[in-house]
Amino acid sequence: MKLLTELRAQGRGQDMQAIVEGIPYARFLGISVDRKGNEITTVMPFKDELVGNTLLPAIHGGAIGAFLEMTAVIQLLFDNASERLPKTIDVSIDYLRSGGPVTTYGRAIVTRHGRRVANVRSEIWQVERDKPIAVSHGHYLLTPY
Amino acid sequence: MDLDNDPMLEIPHARAIGMRVVHYSDTSVSVKVPYADHLVGDPDTGVIHGGVLTALLDNTCGMAVRPPEVTRGELSIATLDLRIDYMGAAQPHRDIYAEATCYKRTRNVAFVRATAYQDSPNEPIATCVAAFMIGTPNTPRPEFMESAMESASEATP
Repeated sequence: MKLLTELRAQGRGQDMQAIVEGIPYARFLGISVDRKGNEITTVMPFKDELVGNTLLPAIHGGAIGAFLEMTAVIQLLFDNASERLPKTIDVSIDYLRSGGPVTTYGRAIVTRHGRRVANVRSEIWQVERDKPIAVSHGHYLLTPY
Repeated sequence: MDLDNDPMLEIPHARAIGMRVVHYSDTSVSVKVPYADHLVGDPDTGVIHGGVLTALLDNTCGMAVRPPEVTRGELSIATLDLRIDYMGAAQPHRDIYAEATCYKRTRNVAFVRATAYQDSPNEPIATCVAAFMIGTPNTPRPEFMESAMESASEATP
Protein backbone atom coordinates (compact mmCIF):
# COMPACT_ATOMS: atom_id res chain seq x y z
CA MET A 1 0.00 0.00 0.00
CA LYS A 2 1.29 3.44 -0.88
CA LEU A 3 -0.48 5.67 1.60
CA LEU A 4 0.29 9.11 0.14
CA THR A 5 0.09 8.03 -3.52
CA GLU A 6 -3.33 6.50 -3.02
CA LEU A 7 -4.77 9.43 -1.10
CA ARG A 8 -3.43 11.89 -3.67
CA ALA A 9 -4.88 9.80 -6.52
CA GLN A 10 -8.24 10.12 -4.77
CA GLY A 11 -7.73 13.89 -4.54
CA ARG A 12 -7.29 13.65 -0.75
CA GLY A 13 -3.66 14.71 -0.56
CA GLN A 14 -4.64 17.53 1.82
CA ASP A 15 -6.82 15.27 3.98
CA MET A 16 -4.45 15.26 6.95
CA GLN A 17 -6.87 13.25 9.09
CA ALA A 18 -6.78 10.40 6.53
CA ILE A 19 -2.97 10.55 6.49
CA VAL A 20 -2.57 10.31 10.29
CA GLU A 21 -5.09 7.47 10.36
CA GLY A 22 -2.88 5.66 7.86
CA ILE A 23 0.16 5.86 10.16
CA PRO A 24 -0.08 3.12 12.84
CA TYR A 25 2.04 4.97 15.43
CA ALA A 26 -0.05 8.18 15.05
CA ARG A 27 -3.16 6.04 15.59
CA PHE A 28 -1.58 4.47 18.68
CA LEU A 29 -0.88 7.94 20.15
CA GLY A 30 -4.44 8.98 19.23
CA ILE A 31 -3.40 12.01 17.15
CA SER A 32 -5.94 13.85 15.01
CA VAL A 33 -5.73 16.99 12.87
CA ASP A 34 -8.00 20.03 13.15
CA ARG A 35 -8.08 22.10 9.98
CA LYS A 36 -9.35 25.65 9.79
CA GLY A 37 -8.84 26.98 6.26
CA ASN A 38 -5.14 26.93 5.52
CA GLU A 39 -4.16 26.40 9.18
CA ILE A 40 -3.81 23.06 10.89
CA THR A 41 -3.53 22.14 14.57
CA THR A 42 -2.58 18.65 15.69
CA VAL A 43 -4.53 17.27 18.66
CA MET A 44 -3.50 14.52 21.10
CA PRO A 45 -6.17 13.71 23.71
CA PHE A 46 -4.87 12.42 27.04
CA LYS A 47 -4.90 8.69 27.71
CA ASP A 48 -3.19 6.47 30.28
CA GLU A 49 -0.81 4.92 27.71
CA LEU A 50 0.90 8.32 27.34
CA VAL A 51 1.91 8.63 31.00
CA GLY A 52 5.60 8.54 31.92
CA ASN A 53 5.37 9.69 35.54
CA THR A 54 2.45 8.16 37.43
CA LEU A 55 3.14 10.23 40.57
CA LEU A 56 2.31 13.58 38.94
CA PRO A 57 0.83 12.28 36.52
CA ALA A 58 2.79 13.59 33.53
CA ILE A 59 2.96 12.64 29.87
CA HIS A 60 6.13 10.70 28.91
CA GLY A 61 8.90 12.81 27.33
CA GLY A 62 8.95 10.33 24.48
CA ALA A 63 5.27 10.82 23.71
CA ILE A 64 5.84 14.59 23.79
CA GLY A 65 8.81 14.21 21.42
CA ALA A 66 6.80 12.00 19.09
CA PHE A 67 3.91 14.50 19.04
CA LEU A 68 6.29 17.40 18.23
CA GLU A 69 7.81 15.36 15.41
CA MET A 70 4.43 14.29 14.08
CA THR A 71 3.27 17.94 14.15
CA ALA A 72 6.28 18.96 12.02
CA VAL A 73 5.82 16.13 9.52
CA ILE A 74 2.08 16.77 9.14
CA GLN A 75 2.76 20.48 8.46
CA LEU A 76 5.31 19.55 5.76
CA LEU A 77 2.84 17.17 4.12
CA PHE A 78 0.09 19.82 4.33
CA ASP A 79 2.46 22.22 2.54
CA ASN A 80 3.08 19.57 -0.14
CA ALA A 81 6.80 19.82 0.61
CA SER A 82 7.66 16.20 -0.10
CA GLU A 83 6.51 13.41 -2.40
CA ARG A 84 7.04 10.80 0.30
CA LEU A 85 6.88 10.95 4.11
CA PRO A 86 9.69 13.30 5.27
CA LYS A 87 12.45 11.56 7.24
CA THR A 88 13.75 13.13 10.41
CA ILE A 89 17.47 13.97 10.20
CA ASP A 90 17.80 15.50 13.67
CA VAL A 91 15.56 17.01 16.29
CA SER A 92 16.25 19.07 19.39
CA ILE A 93 13.55 19.16 22.04
CA ASP A 94 13.22 21.60 24.94
CA TYR A 95 10.90 20.47 27.71
CA LEU A 96 9.36 23.55 29.35
CA ARG A 97 6.61 22.23 31.61
CA SER A 98 5.31 18.81 32.57
CA GLY A 99 2.46 17.57 30.37
CA GLY A 100 -0.65 17.19 32.52
CA PRO A 101 -3.52 14.72 32.06
CA VAL A 102 -5.40 16.84 29.48
CA THR A 103 -5.48 17.26 25.69
CA THR A 104 -2.30 18.56 24.00
CA TYR A 105 -2.32 20.75 20.86
CA GLY A 106 0.47 21.36 18.34
CA ARG A 107 1.48 23.85 15.67
CA ALA A 108 4.54 23.85 13.41
CA ILE A 109 6.27 26.58 11.44
CA VAL A 110 8.46 25.71 8.47
CA THR A 111 11.41 28.08 8.98
CA ARG A 112 13.15 27.15 5.79
CA HIS A 113 12.14 24.74 3.10
CA GLY A 114 14.74 23.87 0.50
CA ARG A 115 14.58 21.17 -2.16
CA ARG A 116 15.87 18.35 -0.01
CA VAL A 117 15.84 19.65 3.56
CA ALA A 118 13.30 21.55 5.63
CA ASN A 119 13.93 23.25 8.99
CA VAL A 120 10.81 23.11 11.14
CA ARG A 121 9.92 24.50 14.57
CA SER A 122 7.10 22.84 16.51
CA GLU A 123 5.35 24.05 19.62
CA ILE A 124 2.84 22.16 21.76
CA TRP A 125 0.62 23.42 24.54
CA GLN A 126 -2.25 22.31 26.74
CA VAL A 127 -4.48 24.71 28.66
CA GLU A 128 -2.95 28.02 27.57
CA ARG A 129 -1.68 28.67 24.07
CA ASP A 130 1.05 31.05 25.32
CA LYS A 131 2.39 28.54 27.85
CA PRO A 132 3.92 25.81 25.66
CA ILE A 133 4.86 22.57 27.42
CA ALA A 134 7.58 21.77 24.86
CA VAL A 135 9.16 23.16 21.70
CA SER A 136 11.40 21.53 19.12
CA HIS A 137 13.33 22.34 16.03
CA GLY A 138 14.44 19.75 13.57
CA HIS A 139 15.68 19.05 10.07
CA TYR A 140 13.66 16.80 7.81
CA LEU A 141 14.79 15.09 4.62
CA LEU A 142 12.32 15.63 1.76
CA THR A 143 11.75 13.69 -1.45
CA PRO A 144 11.53 16.29 -4.25
CA TYR A 145 8.67 15.77 -6.71
CA MET B 1 16.19 -9.26 33.77
CA ASP B 2 13.25 -10.84 35.63
CA LEU B 3 10.19 -9.89 33.56
CA ASP B 4 7.87 -9.61 36.58
CA ASN B 5 10.17 -7.08 38.28
CA ASP B 6 10.91 -5.07 35.15
CA PRO B 7 10.80 -1.39 36.23
CA MET B 8 9.21 -0.60 32.85
CA LEU B 9 5.94 -2.06 34.12
CA GLU B 10 5.56 1.04 36.33
CA ILE B 11 5.75 3.40 33.36
CA PRO B 12 2.52 3.20 31.32
CA HIS B 13 3.97 4.68 28.10
CA ALA B 14 7.07 2.45 28.24
CA ARG B 15 4.82 -0.57 28.79
CA ALA B 16 2.53 0.44 25.91
CA ILE B 17 5.52 0.65 23.57
CA GLY B 18 6.82 -2.69 24.84
CA MET B 19 10.13 -1.52 26.36
CA ARG B 20 12.09 -4.14 28.30
CA VAL B 21 15.14 -3.64 30.49
CA VAL B 22 18.07 -5.72 29.26
CA HIS B 23 20.70 -4.52 31.71
CA TYR B 24 20.58 -1.95 34.53
CA SER B 25 23.51 -1.04 36.77
CA ASP B 26 25.03 2.09 38.31
CA THR B 27 27.25 2.61 35.29
CA SER B 28 25.20 1.51 32.30
CA VAL B 29 21.65 0.88 31.11
CA SER B 30 20.38 -1.13 28.17
CA VAL B 31 16.73 -1.27 27.07
CA LYS B 32 15.06 -2.96 24.11
CA VAL B 33 11.88 -2.42 22.10
CA PRO B 34 10.64 -5.50 20.25
CA TYR B 35 9.24 -4.79 16.78
CA ALA B 36 5.46 -4.30 16.86
CA ASP B 37 2.90 -3.27 14.24
CA HIS B 38 1.48 -0.36 16.25
CA LEU B 39 4.91 1.34 16.32
CA VAL B 40 5.16 1.67 12.54
CA GLY B 41 5.65 5.21 11.21
CA ASP B 42 5.73 4.46 7.48
CA PRO B 43 3.06 1.94 6.45
CA ASP B 44 4.68 1.55 3.00
CA THR B 45 7.96 0.20 4.39
CA GLY B 46 7.08 -1.00 7.91
CA VAL B 47 9.83 1.20 9.39
CA ILE B 48 9.33 2.14 13.07
CA HIS B 49 8.38 5.79 13.74
CA GLY B 50 11.12 8.14 14.96
CA GLY B 51 8.95 8.95 17.97
CA VAL B 52 9.47 5.42 19.28
CA LEU B 53 13.22 6.07 19.28
CA THR B 54 12.58 9.38 21.07
CA ALA B 55 10.63 7.58 23.79
CA LEU B 56 13.20 4.78 24.04
CA LEU B 57 16.18 7.17 24.22
CA ASP B 58 14.46 9.54 26.68
CA ASN B 59 13.50 6.66 28.95
CA THR B 60 16.92 4.99 28.79
CA CYS B 61 18.70 8.30 29.47
CA GLY B 62 16.45 8.94 32.47
CA MET B 63 17.28 5.52 33.91
CA ALA B 64 20.99 6.26 33.52
CA VAL B 65 20.50 9.33 35.73
CA ARG B 66 18.78 7.37 38.50
CA PRO B 67 20.68 4.35 39.87
CA PRO B 68 18.64 1.11 39.99
CA GLU B 69 18.44 0.98 43.81
CA VAL B 70 16.88 4.46 44.05
CA THR B 71 13.09 4.56 43.67
CA ARG B 72 11.26 7.10 41.56
CA GLY B 73 9.63 8.49 44.68
CA GLU B 74 13.04 9.09 46.28
CA LEU B 75 14.61 10.86 43.32
CA SER B 76 12.45 12.59 40.74
CA ILE B 77 13.97 13.81 37.50
CA ALA B 78 12.72 15.74 34.49
CA THR B 79 14.09 15.95 30.95
CA LEU B 80 15.37 19.46 30.19
CA ASP B 81 16.38 18.88 26.61
CA LEU B 82 16.99 16.03 24.25
CA ARG B 83 18.82 16.18 20.93
CA ILE B 84 18.57 13.20 18.60
CA ASP B 85 20.44 12.51 15.37
CA TYR B 86 18.91 9.87 13.13
CA MET B 87 21.69 7.99 11.35
CA GLY B 88 19.48 5.67 9.32
CA ALA B 89 16.14 3.92 9.27
CA ALA B 90 15.66 0.96 11.58
CA GLN B 91 15.21 -2.30 9.70
CA PRO B 92 11.60 -3.52 9.93
CA HIS B 93 10.68 -6.64 11.94
CA ARG B 94 13.75 -6.44 14.14
CA ASP B 95 14.21 -5.37 17.78
CA ILE B 96 15.80 -2.01 18.65
CA TYR B 97 18.21 -1.54 21.57
CA ALA B 98 19.35 1.59 23.39
CA GLU B 99 22.32 2.08 25.70
CA ALA B 100 22.82 5.17 27.86
CA THR B 101 25.63 6.56 30.00
CA CYS B 102 25.38 9.41 32.48
CA TYR B 103 28.78 11.06 31.97
CA LYS B 104 28.39 14.02 34.34
CA ARG B 105 26.22 14.62 37.36
CA THR B 106 26.13 17.96 39.20
CA ARG B 107 23.93 18.89 42.15
CA ASN B 108 21.02 19.99 39.94
CA VAL B 109 21.70 18.67 36.46
CA ALA B 110 22.80 15.37 34.90
CA PHE B 111 24.25 14.98 31.38
CA VAL B 112 23.62 11.80 29.43
CA ARG B 113 24.57 10.25 26.09
CA ALA B 114 22.78 7.37 24.41
CA THR B 115 22.85 5.24 21.28
CA ALA B 116 20.10 3.25 19.60
CA TYR B 117 21.06 0.29 17.40
CA GLN B 118 19.98 -3.06 16.02
CA ASP B 119 23.09 -5.08 15.14
CA SER B 120 25.82 -3.46 17.21
CA PRO B 121 26.40 -0.20 19.13
CA ASN B 122 29.07 0.55 16.52
CA GLU B 123 26.36 0.82 13.87
CA PRO B 124 23.93 3.29 15.49
CA ILE B 125 20.52 4.07 13.98
CA ALA B 126 20.27 7.10 16.28
CA THR B 127 22.37 8.89 18.88
CA CYS B 128 21.31 11.39 21.48
CA VAL B 129 22.51 13.79 24.15
CA ALA B 130 20.24 14.90 26.96
CA ALA B 131 20.21 17.01 30.11
CA PHE B 132 18.01 16.21 33.11
CA MET B 133 17.02 18.28 36.13
CA ILE B 134 17.53 16.30 39.33
CA GLY B 135 15.18 16.57 42.30
CA THR B 136 12.17 18.12 40.59
CA PRO B 137 9.01 18.35 42.71
CA ASN B 138 6.82 15.28 42.58
CA THR B 139 3.60 17.23 42.95
CA PRO B 140 1.27 18.10 40.09
CA ARG B 141 1.20 21.63 38.66
CA PRO B 142 -1.57 23.64 40.43
CA GLU B 143 -3.94 23.56 37.45
CA PHE B 144 -3.80 19.75 37.40
CA MET B 145 -3.99 19.18 41.16
CA GLU B 146 -7.69 18.36 41.04
CA SER B 147 -7.47 15.72 38.30
CA ALA B 148 -4.40 14.20 39.99
CA MET B 149 -6.34 13.86 43.26
CA GLU B 150 -9.18 12.17 41.38
CA SER B 151 -6.93 9.61 39.70
CA ALA B 152 -5.18 8.96 43.05
CA SER B 153 -8.50 8.26 44.80
CA GLU B 154 -9.50 5.92 41.95
CA ALA B 155 -6.24 4.02 42.40
CA THR B 156 -6.90 3.36 46.11
CA PRO B 157 -10.28 1.60 46.48
